[in-house]
Amino acid sequence: MSTRAPARHARRRISEEKTAQRRLALWLCAPAALIMLLVTGWPILYAVLLSLQRYDLRFPDERAWVGLSNYAAVLTDPFWWNAFWVTVVITVISVAIELVLGMLLALAMYRTLIGRGVIRTLVLIPYGIVTVVAAYGWRYAWTPGTGWLAGALPPGSAPLTEKIPGVAIIILAEVWKTTPFMALLLMAGLALVPDDLLKAASMDGATAWQRFWQVTLPLMRPAILVALLFRTLDAFRIFDNIYVLTGGAADTGSVSLLAYRNLIGGLNLGIGSTMSVLIFLTVAAISVLFIRAFGISAPGTQGERR
Amino acid sequence: MAEIVLDKVTKRYGDTVAVAEFSLHIADGEFIILVGPSGSGKSTVLNMIAGLEDITEGELRIDGERVNERAPRDRDIAMIFQSYALYPHMTVAQNIGFPLKLAGLDKAAIAEKVEHAARLLGLTPYLDRKPAQLSGGQRQRVAMGRAIVRSPKAFLMDEPLSNLDAKLRVQMRTTISRLQKDLGTTTVYVTHDQVEAMTLGDRIVIMRDGVIQQVGTPQELYDRPRNLFVAGFIGSPPMNFLPGELTVDGVRTPLGTIPLGSQMPRGTVEPRRVILGIRPEAFEDAELMRDREPGVFYTGTVDIVESLGAEKIAFFDLGAVEAVRSEHLEALSRDRGTQDMAAESAQLTVRLDAKSKAAEGRPLKVWFSPESVYLFDPDSGATLTEHVVAG
Amino acid sequence: MRTDRGARARWLAVDLLVALYVLIPVLWIVSLSFKHPSTFGDGSFIPRRWTLENYAGIFDNPDFTRGLINSIGIGLIATLIAIVFGTMAAYAIARLDFPGKNTLVAVSLLVAMFPQISLVSPLFQIERALGLFDTWPGLIIPYITFALPLTIFTLSSFLREIPWELEQAAKMDGATPFQAFWQVIAPLAMPGMVTTAILTFIFCWNDFLFAISLTSSNRARTAPATISFFTGSTQFEDPAGSIAAAAVIVTIPIIIFVLFFQRRIVSGLTSGAVKG
Ligand SMILES: Nc1ncnc2c1ncn2[C@@H]1O[C@H](COP(=O)(O)OP(=O)(O)OP(=O)(O)O)[C@@H](O)[C@H]1O
Ligand SMILES: [Mg+2]
Repeated sequence: MSTRAPARHARRRISEEKTAQRRLALWLCAPAALIMLLVTGWPILYAVLLSLQRYDLRFPDERAWVGLSNYAAVLTDPFWWNAFWVTVVITVISVAIELVLGMLLALAMYRTLIGRGVIRTLVLIPYGIVTVVAAYGWRYAWTPGTGWLAGALPPGSAPLTEKIPGVAIIILAEVWKTTPFMALLLMAGLALVPDDLLKAASMDGATAWQRFWQVTLPLMRPAILVALLFRTLDAFRIFDNIYVLTGGAADTGSVSLLAYRNLIGGLNLGIGSTMSVLIFLTVAAISVLFIRAFGISAPGTQGERR
Repeated sequence: MAEIVLDKVTKRYGDTVAVAEFSLHIADGEFIILVGPSGSGKSTVLNMIAGLEDITEGELRIDGERVNERAPRDRDIAMIFQSYALYPHMTVAQNIGFPLKLAGLDKAAIAEKVEHAARLLGLTPYLDRKPAQLSGGQRQRVAMGRAIVRSPKAFLMDEPLSNLDAKLRVQMRTTISRLQKDLGTTTVYVTHDQVEAMTLGDRIVIMRDGVIQQVGTPQELYDRPRNLFVAGFIGSPPMNFLPGELTVDGVRTPLGTIPLGSQMPRGTVEPRRVILGIRPEAFEDAELMRDREPGVFYTGTVDIVESLGAEKIAFFDLGAVEAVRSEHLEALSRDRGTQDMAAESAQLTVRLDAKSKAAEGRPLKVWFSPESVYLFDPDSGATLTEHVVAG
Repeated sequence: MRTDRGARARWLAVDLLVALYVLIPVLWIVSLSFKHPSTFGDGSFIPRRWTLENYAGIFDNPDFTRGLINSIGIGLIATLIAIVFGTMAAYAIARLDFPGKNTLVAVSLLVAMFPQISLVSPLFQIERALGLFDTWPGLIIPYITFALPLTIFTLSSFLREIPWELEQAAKMDGATPFQAFWQVIAPLAMPGMVTTAILTFIFCWNDFLFAISLTSSNRARTAPATISFFTGSTQFEDPAGSIAAAAVIVTIPIIIFVLFFQRRIVSGLTSGAVKG
């Protein structure tokens, strides 16, 4: 099997075959590229334009260009900052828990001696289940009088209406739902660690613990980083769980929820779009940070950097 | 059936030159072998003929027509890949019939031709199987079937037998040879294997670093290698190389002074450094010789003896003599993965009759004729001797 | 022998733990859906009084059945289109040499990381202007967009697994690039395409944000959004039973897919193309 890296360079004479190949490639990519650009590129520019206007659908006559004043309004708004920090807390804590739990789950799925197929199938259930559905399950479980979990709490407490317990339950729901996804990504990473290497390490006298920390983890680094990046960005846009679980009550809302409330509930397109743009910038910053700090390569370009 | 002409064909990948000014005239029906160390550009030449790689410079003509820009499908050439490249989702019959289906033949015609090809290759019982259910040799034959079924102008084969075990390889070698003779189809065959190269081809092309070293019949290459590289490449065990000095009255070597043979150049007053080459099979055990022919005798202590039944191979360690160093030889030893050519001290390999009493640790007297000695220029690697072709 | 049995017992315990982790929340919803309305307040994990009333109720609710139809229709159409376009692009990325390849990969990556909320306001406006608001295409289009990176990445890694020489062989056998793709690569990529299609469908099935933002009636509102609008038939009736029943119904296709999907991964891909 000869796998050849495509040579990238100017050719003086391009044969019929090569031209045909390029033409084919452009035709093949055009629909996907066009859709992605039209549905994300243009709207995000449009969102920027909207964010520079006073534009409330309830008072369409007052529409006007206001420069950056929407940004000033949002960035000095305590609600925004509260939502921002709630989102950060949820993201950091849930991704941290998912990483540890996901690693354990991945090891279990990868190494288990019995029922490997069953366990791998089961684990796909939380991944596949609709987030909103799972969220309702958790909501009723913690609703006093209805839920089996609420019964374990001191009488009179209503966790979903208090800030800290509310956020904790949101994290629980998020972790339950997405840990399997993390575990699957990590399991793919585990498969990259050659068995012979682990055997060699144990011949060299490494304990199971040392093998994990000194052989398995370093070799899994790329897989872990990609999993972390994807999950961090995904957690940052958390919406469904909060919408169903607390509805943003008691200051438990995320930035996505706040933007949604302003847009669809408040019909304030100017402020809502400003928040959208800020969220987009935050996500972009997180990606750049990850890529800069860890040198993650894009999935499509695997192997080119390492 | 076709005549293929490569006219100063060059292939560059960015700055690296994979094939440089490759010129070769392949006659209609000829069986051409491409050999050379790994990375010498054999596959690249083949892929350029196939149309799978662009030609950077030069011209490729099939039957007099320039085909540089033609897509592979329009060249009417069949290729057999090292990995066979069988379509895993198709049965053997579908695999063999695929080129015909693409050519738009009707079902009955396809079935008939597939049937015929399968019979030729002994694949009839397996027509309904998938490639995964076949042995290595059977897969190889399916690949052959797919190539011959549409009677193409030429066959291109890139190390087609290298994934088979030794015994099957010999068997398939004869199959390929027979098929090619029967069909008379022009064939270009890439191999690493000396025996395949020597036995299959009408002519052999030896390549190194993208450059043709020599083209000729197997016997020509064996008898009259044009340079050190070809001399070291052809022949097994490989030719012995020793340092020497050419003078007016002979060649001074670690084996003693060898009188000037008829093939040797005139000696000069100023001694000239040369590299001496003697094939292991040029030696004889002096004990076994009936009449004393004129020649050179060398006595040394045998280091190792390998007994192959029909013959014995003995190795002498020439001790203090330093091994010959040359960039031309290093390329070879790298490819063979052997270290002996680059060893510190020189070694001498001799191929003797099975009756020889050569034994490890014992002294042995061997004979060779000065006529069988090759001399090479140490810098350019060019052959200095002029040999007549045997037979 | 003893250590072996010990290890098995330990793994059994681990497996059990995983099973509990996965199944308890799911079983809780199932249990809720079978609870008789009079026993909702008991907080018991297992229903004390079983009933099918909740299921009967939701299937009598035209909003829910309509939501299911919307979900299935929108999901299938979006998946189909995303797979077709995604396969085309993935093939080009995995196989062909062309300028702009890296840009395409970068754009897909960007879209994969895109916060959907950022599109809600502009899409809301644009779709209202174009008359796509509260229609199937109004949801299908953003779904395709966000599914495309997933399909492109998954499929291009599947396609990369298929030996390059098979395609060269097809070309030598007289195939055009399109024939080489359609007759050789596509059949081999089928398992990968099915797997990707399932992932894409799950993605569309799961969406909530677009479904509640870009619809205003049951014309295009999908099942998850419909569920969130359940109110119970009277103001004082708790919709929990209906929600739980609807939740179970919405989950069933996923469970079926998951069983199917697991088998797909296991099945080998190019076993016959490997070297002899
Ligand atoms: N796509 C490519 N890009 C850059 N360099 C290449 C490419 N393909 C081949 N080369 C280079 O061209 C040279 C010739 O390669 P080629 O595959 O023809 O060698 P070969 O003689 O067939 O070797 P082997 O016996 O190992 O198959 C090598 O140095 C190789 O590194
Ligand atoms: Mg090669």
